[in-house]
Amino acid sequence: MKYAYYPGCSLERSAASYHTSTMAVAGELGLAFQEIPDWNCCGATEYFSLNLLPAYSLVARNLALVPDDLSELAAPCSACYVNLKKTDKYMHKYPKLGAQVNEALAAGGLQYKAGRLKVRHLLDIMVNDVGYQTIAEHVSKPLSGLRVAPYYGCLIVRPDGGFDNPEQPTSLDRLLRALGAEVIDYPLKAQCCGGHMTQITANVAYELIRRLLQNAADYKADLIACLCPMCQLNLDAYQGKVNSHFGTDYNLPVLYFTQLMALAFGLSGDAVGLGSEIVSSAAALAKIGLEVPKPEAKPKRPDKQALPMPTMPDQEA
Amino acid sequence: MDEKVKVGVYVCHCGTNIAGVVDVEEVAKWAANLPNVEVSRDYKFMCSSLGQELIEADIKEKGVNRVVVASCSPHMHERTFRGACSRAGLNPYLFEMANIREHDSWVTTDKLQATNKAKALVAAAVGRVAHQQPLESLFVPIDPHVLIVGGGVAGIQAALEIADSGNPVYLVEREPSIGGHMAQLDKTFPTLDCSACILTPKMFDAGNHKNITLLTYSEVEEVSGYVGNFTVTIRKKARHVIEDKCTGCGACTEKCPKRVVDDAFEAGLGYRKAIYRPFPQAVPKYPVIDTENCIYYERGKCKACQMFCPTEAIDFDQKDELIMVKVGNIVLATGYDLFDARRIPQLGYGRLANVFNSLEFERLSNAAGPTGGKIVLRDGVTAPQSVAIVHCVGSRDRNYNRYCSSICCMQSLKFAHLVHERLPGSEVYNFYIDIRTPGKGYEEFYHRLLEEGTHFIRGRVAEITDAARRPGEEGKLIVQAEDTLVGAQRRIPVDMVILSAGLQSRADAKEVAIKFGISCSTDQWFIEKHPKLDPVATMTDGVFVAGACQGPKDIPASVAQGSAAAARVLSIIGQREIEIDAATAIVNEESCVGCKECLASCPYQSIEFLAHKNKAHVIEALCKGCGTCVGSCLSKSISLRHFTDDQLVAEMIGAMQTMNLFEMSELEVA
Repeated sequence: MKYAYYPGCSLERSAASYHTSTMAVAGELGLAFQEIPDWNCCGATEYFSLNLLPAYSLVARNLALVPDDLSELAAPCSACYVNLKKTDKYMHKYPKLGAQVNEALAAGGLQYKAGRLKVRHLLDIMVNDVGYQTIAEHVSKPLSGLRVAPYYGCLIVRPDGGFDNPEQPTSLDRLLRALGAEVIDYPLKAQCCGGHMTQITANVAYELIRRLLQNAADYKADLIACLCPMCQLNLDAYQGKVNSHFGTDYNLPVLYFTQLMALAFGLSGDAVGLGSEIVSSAAALAKIGLEVPKPEAKPKRPDKQALPMPTMPDQEA
Repeated sequence: MDEKVKVGVYVCHCGTNIAGVVDVEEVAKWAANLPNVEVSRDYKFMCSSLGQELIEADIKEKGVNRVVVASCSPHMHERTFRGACSRAGLNPYLFEMANIREHDSWVTTDKLQATNKAKALVAAAVGRVAHQQPLESLFVPIDPHVLIVGGGVAGIQAALEIADSGNPVYLVEREPSIGGHMAQLDKTFPTLDCSACILTPKMFDAGNHKNITLLTYSEVEEVSGYVGNFTVTIRKKARHVIEDKCTGCGACTEKCPKRVVDDAFEAGLGYRKAIYRPFPQAVPKYPVIDTENCIYYERGKCKACQMFCPTEAIDFDQKDELIMVKVGNIVLATGYDLFDARRIPQLGYGRLANVFNSLEFERLSNAAGPTGGKIVLRDGVTAPQSVAIVHCVGSRDRNYNRYCSSICCMQSLKFAHLVHERLPGSEVYNFYIDIRTPGKGYEEFYHRLLEEGTHFIRGRVAEITDAARRPGEEGKLIVQAEDTLVGAQRRIPVDMVILSAGLQSRADAKEVAIKFGISCSTDQWFIEKHPKLDPVATMTDGVFVAGACQGPKDIPASVAQGSAAAARVLSIIGQREIEIDAATAIVNEESCVGCKECLASCPYQSIEFLAHKNKAHVIEALCKGCGTCVGSCLSKSISLRHFTDDQLVAEMIGAMQTMNLFEMSELEVA
């Protein structure tokens, strides 16, 4: 399977480990990601609040640069994914906007036919194109005994996500379960990490981050798995700030789901950029280093008095 | 017919309904000059007995042999004027109606154009009526047997009413016992009488009535025929218990080693055995083996039930039985499904242990339920200190069902009352969008609840979570909602949440509708013939609907519909034979090539294929005269009586000539 690949600015610097681990996992799974030549920034969340037409044009340039033989574009960053997808969709939905954007692109000798590309988030590709079954088959060092909080953030499933339930997404849960991890029910899994609010009104962002960390800690998570460089940065780099602001002592490493995939596939920590996170994952990962055999999950005999629970449709995976 | 055509035209004023816009006198005067018109009159109310007498007198005295009434819609008064013709000795099919009210005076204020259009419509009818032929209606005898599908309260009610009148009833129920959803409930609103106490006597009567054949654990496979003469095939699923031998002692259930979650009667909140009777008062009393869970069917051994049965009533080899019955009328009372609250994941049902749906709570509060009526959390022991009740779950929501489920407000109020009653001192919060309590004694019940101290928060619940954010929230379920009266977000920590899930049509409603030849709304509720004036009949004669299968309904309304459907059925049975409209399709056997195209096009399965002749044949009693087959016939061998080509062409010519006369555009006449 071959995809055009839009890494986005973060993956060159702060989220370099996301890029390395993605490439490592792709190699294992036989996925080919062809980076778009001369790509530029997607404008993140800010540019769209300032001036729409230049913002759309900025994003559309990346779409226009995708070689003709590729029809699907993969984006690992949630913000990039949403911007690329939104631009393609709106250029299609509003032909006037499409024409204006193409006029701007024409200045650089480019043009993009809206609807040509299918923009996909990396998680979507992993769970829907590769599939849980294939992923499970590649696991050589299951993450048994590791309690992971699956954190989706607010962007990939809403409003245009389309590949998972916007209120209660479960694709990352199932992927992590396929890796052998123990996935906690993480009620805040699709709530906001604060985004760039850390730069604008830090107190608001700290509270949003605190909620996420507190909830993961309440459920005794060993680490948080994320799929967006912004989420990772906020939860990881601001964890110390949050601790000093609220007087808490959270110590929750935040890793990319691709890093966990690579580890489960038996790749070394160095190969997937482990150690570049600020809150060290060493203690948490020591658990898998021990190779704890997977506990036999025998269904507990229901207590005579207890009432049965309704089952959820995706519990089998 | 060689007799000279003499048309009588009667233009109705309908008070000012028509005459206020259309110059009716002018129309009548103008129509007098149309070809074949013998007499043309206008009159205040043609439908009055004096108006009808005008027609009758002209037929008798002036030799009028075709009648056109320009008035309202045929839906309204076609029968009236056909009757007037019949009384005067004229075949009713020699009458034609021009609709100058709904199609004309009610839709414009332009008097000149309205008058011109009325003329065009009258001219069309006059042109058509000359080509109309006398037709004779068909009469078919009615089989007094009645099939009732669904043994909930609506079906039971209909069955008892019909059976009491002395007519035989087949009552078919899918589950092992009749009783339906009502048997699961604890109390009924607003009187709070015990649901089982008022239902079980009716169930017992239905089970023991000499005129009712009870077919539980059975489903209708196939229906053919028409009003008065349906043939129905019913699959009686194997119970693996011989009913003639079983005494209902219950030894088999007691000895059965396999315990399974009861998703049906206990709404998933309790357990039953693999051989079971859904509940103690089940009718009939015979248990049934659930072959999917029975150890014998899994591993080939066990047979504990057989060993302990004192009357040797267990038969592991019993097979499904197909029963064919003939009935004259059918009542569908198939009920509803509960909305699956798991479809709204942010409300936590299925993830958070102490979120219950409404049927679970019914079982929880029921004295015969899994906790003996104790309201407790999912651990089965702890009584909640605070309970939130969420209204409109899956109802009035464009993401799920747009309609109001109608019962949930009252049901939620009842729940609040039961919590107050069983757990004094507990706090109850009702989250609602609007409180809708239309019904006898319902509003009074709401006020009673207000006085009992229930908290009412007007706001749709955004989320139910166990992620604590503030002190006091730890270990609780937090209900987050926007209080639209205060204009603020509220987070209420509670121990238990009850989701008042809405009502949905049965998952297989569409298939059932197709099987019985009736139609479903977009929400898959069965469609009645007329929402106000014919609420239990359907467009298919002889098939009636009652209860929640037609739309969300509470018990009183379901019972009323059960009785209404019974009355409609009895009125048909009392006629002994039924008249079928003569406007049916007919095959010209000389030109029919036997391609069977019409068989596939007929929505009522009313065309049969005569293999020995290689011709299609219309079963007149089944034909509704829709004309689809006429359009589908490649060799133009089917025509529709009363809608023949020459009649329709004459009608069009009449309209178009008048349009030309007044230089009207097509739009104005359309």
